[in-house]
Amino acid sequence: MKRKFPILLSLLVFALTGMTQETASENYKRVPSVDIRDLQGNPFNTSRISNDGKAIILSFWATWCKPCIKEMTAIADEYDDWVEETGVKLVAVSIDDSRSSKLVEPLVNGKGWEYEVLLDPNGDFKRAMNVGLIPQTFLIDGNGNIVWQHTSFAEGSELDLIKLVRQLNAGETIKE
Amino acid sequence: MKRGAIVKRLIIALFSLPFISNGQDFLENSQISASFQSDAVYYLTDTQLGITDSTLDGKYFRIQGYTEVNYSYKNFSAGMRFEAYLPPLLGYDQEYQGLGVPYWWVKYKNKLIEVTAGNFYEQFGDGMIFRTFQDWTLGYDNSMRGLRVKLTPFSGVALTGVVGVQRNYWIPFKDNNRGIVKGVDADFYLNDMVSSLSSSKFKLSFGGSFVSDYQKGKSMEMIIPPKVYELQLPENIATYGGRINLNYSGFNFYTEYAHKINDPSAMNHYIYKDGDGWLITASYSRKNFGLTAKTKWIDNMSYKSDRSVTNNALDINYLPAITKEHTYFLAAMYPYATQPTGEVGGSAELIFSLPRKSRLGGKYGMTFAINFSQVNNIKRSKINDTTGINTPGTLGYKSSPFAVDWKDVFYQDVNIEITKKFNKKWKGIFAYYYQTYNKDVIEGHLDEYGTVYANIGVVDLTWNITNTYSLRGELQGLWTGQDKGDWLAGMLELTISPKWFFSVSDQWNLGNPVSNLRLHYYNVSAGFIYNTTRIALSYGRQREGIVCVGGVCRYVPESTGFTLTINSSF
Repeated sequence: MKRKFPILLSLLVFALTGMTQETASENYKRVPSVDIRDLQGNPFNTSRISNDGKAIILSFWATWCKPCIKEMTAIADEYDDWVEETGVKLVAVSIDDSRSSKLVEPLVNGKGWEYEVLLDPNGDFKRAMNVGLIPQTFLIDGNGNIVWQHTSFAEGSELDLIKLVRQLNAGETIKE
Repeated sequence: MKRGAIVKRLIIALFSLPFISNGQDFLENSQISASFQSDAVYYLTDTQLGITDSTLDGKYFRIQGYTEVNYSYKNFSAGMRFEAYLPPLLGYDQEYQGLGVPYWWVKYKNKLIEVTAGNFYEQFGDGMIFRTFQDWTLGYDNSMRGLRVKLTPFSGVALTGVVGVQRNYWIPFKDNNRGIVKGVDADFYLNDMVSSLSSSKFKLSFGGSFVSDYQKGKSMEMIIPPKVYELQLPENIATYGGRINLNYSGFNFYTEYAHKINDPSAMNHYIYKDGDGWLITASYSRKNFGLTAKTKWIDNMSYKSDRSVTNNALDINYLPAITKEHTYFLAAMYPYATQPTGEVGGSAELIFSLPRKSRLGGKYGMTFAINFSQVNNIKRSKINDTTGINTPGTLGYKSSPFAVDWKDVFYQDVNIEITKKFNKKWKGIFAYYYQTYNKDVIEGHLDEYGTVYANIGVVDLTWNITNTYSLRGELQGLWTGQDKGDWLAGMLELTISPKWFFSVSDQWNLGNPVSNLRLHYYNVSAGFIYNTTRIALSYGRQREGIVCVGGVCRYVPESTGFTLTINSSF
């Protein structure tokens, strides 16, 4: 019994997983409702993440994550143009714990980033979104559907990201 | 057996719930997401590193992995994580050997109430009296299994209650092998409570918590030759704490205080002194400028749900380190870990950017980050003339808040990091660090190594050859007259956006005082990324060291071998 239990459970889960994956093409996932914090440490529910019906880039990062900072910096160089052209908004969720969460606002301002920044100090939102490695980036369309996600950052991949936003704005479906 | 049966029934009941209702509705409103990671290593013997069949325990192939699945249907959600360690990788606690479902939960949530049954992760304030969390890289999980209720009775008021027992690897809860943890926490956000303040720039919130750990065991025998003592143990260990958070425009102020009643344990030599913890953070920032200052006082604050445990397990609280976390190979060689029995420290960080298109900043601007931190021992004095400090069964020592033992430096780090983009093709990071590392205290040795003083320099250059091809190189040096002497490290990484990366690196201990230990720790790796799936294969040597995430650290021994890591999520 003791041995069978995890195997049985996993089978059940994988069966269910397979089932919903088939329907996933029509039913996009949406951002779950999780209570986290805004940049000043005040409560913020993730169902409030919105951008007036325009696309949102949701990115999980941390102050100690070098590739994350590189991605944020690379996007920051282009961000003004992106917003002007496409109306996109970047929401940056920091998973810094209490060791470094108080450093997030000074860092964001010090770097001159103009993103909406949220704090997830105990990883509640990270777990709900099943984020393993950071940076992990999600693209959310104007209706709140998660249409694309990607792990890790490579120089130049920010250009692919804005291409996807343009496709969304043109009413195309994101494939891959 | 009994517990397994209940779990199974619960989960089946939960998963079948949606099927009972309308099928179409179920498909539209239910969501499943999952993540997966697997780390497999094939270890090789290596005479230079002294790795033999016996140091590997005859187990050359080791694999560990997990699958975590979340499911939600309207206000209900549930999740579980399956873990397997067959056997655990070197450097992970071998207690993990085995497989199973250490983490599962069901949750109901509406605007007023949130109820979780099963395992959960929770944090009160900054965690000084209660935090449960999980970190795969660290091999750490102290999740609670029990019940959690969160209430939002009015706007701006958040109440939390928890009860349960903590995970201790695969060891089941029985025979009083750990305590039952109960806690309550309240947060009050003044600007949400008082409508006239809702648009005020001045924001104030405060909170408080109370936690108790109950572990049976009224007495314990302790032999301090030539006598045998009978220690009377407290069964309930209570902690309480409060916190205040203030914001005004770019100003932030946060402070948290925690107090623990007498808690004789293996961590504190079974002394009966109360514990105290105090964190204060202040920051100011505006566009292109950020300044943070922190100070911290920790006095006898180890708090575990089993008084006999000394390893990385069963921590009820979390004591964040105030030093900066570094990631470059050599800058991360001497990381700091909070000393729960006592430390006092301060840190400051200044970040500023010279804006784009300015005279000094050039076309693309330039960012500076300057950081300083120092942690010392706390000043302790004898409780009386005849009793030594930390004598078991006594009050241990006397101390007063923020009284520093200036002679006993645990850690100091001064560093500067400059980030500069030169043009569309080239950018770089230049960093310098000066670290003072009390190896004996931080790694728990007994006056064997002394203190290490290290100068470290890093140059990290990126060349964007085209929009898809990019080459990055790192050159690092570490100079010290102590420990293993000087190091030189280099790394070259080619990325083909967004799918491929290839890298080669070497860390060379050229200054080791023992000439046949001047070894190379080389590594070659390649990886493939497809959306959220990442597969990486590497071959090489792992240098001995400490991996720290937050305040918790794990020792990593030397090894050689092939590593395959697969991550995925959807």
